[in-house]
Amino acid sequence: MIDVVYFAWVRERIGLPRERIETEAATVADLVEELRGREERYAAAFADTSALRVALDQELSEFDADLAGVREVAFFPPMTGG
Amino acid sequence: MKISVQEGPFDAGAELDAFSHGRHEVGAIVSFTGIVRDRAGGLVRMEIEHYPGMTEKAIAEIAEQAKARWQLADLLVIHRHGALPLGQPIMMVATAAAHRRAAFDAAEYLMDYLKSRAPFWKKEVTRTGEHWVEATPEDEDALSRW
Repeated sequence: MIDVVYFAWVRERIGLPRERIETEAATVADLVEELRGREERYAAAFADTSALRVALDQELSEFDADLAGVREVAFFPPMTGG
Repeated sequence: MKISVQEGPFDAGAELDAFSHGRHEVGAIVSFTGIVRDRAGGLVRMEIEHYPGMTEKAIAEIAEQAKARWQLADLLVIHRHGALPLGQPIMMVATAAAHRRAAFDAAEYLMDYLKSRAPFWKKEVTRTGEHWVEATPEDEDALSRW
């Protein structure tokens, strides 16, 4: 089980802020592929991963990163703080 | 060192006074305050979303990097989230150092990194609709000079 959290327009497009997912995905890219296949709203949110960023257990990471041991995956657009 | 991620408003003047008070070892204090502005016309408010937990960690890391890079006596970061009306302060940084160059550079470094490495997302709510503010290539380019 892995917690998946969404922020900003990714959250709006998917329609929920957080969910717990049962997955065998080995990498972030595998998880994205799995989510895309679920429903249209996921396909829309993950249409272009170059427009997205990912954090694993609250540390910025990459889409080819390994999910072994990871408890929380977050997907969001590039940050706009400051 | 003070880092605050908060929903409520802050008084930038009072924060700067408190930050500056009683310092005898520093010759320079630089502060920056970011304000909600009406970029396109018709802005009603700004809504700032963040990633609780990661936000605090990311800012602490950015602050540690600034301290490792410049000789700073102290630094301050305040960043708000939630609904912010036009003209209100969004965030503030302050740096204290012996000389102005370190204080200015460290403040700019903090600003550049807070903009694209701290998990905040701004949404502009205008009279005609709402949209997420997009990061610009310049935001990313700003990091390369460090």
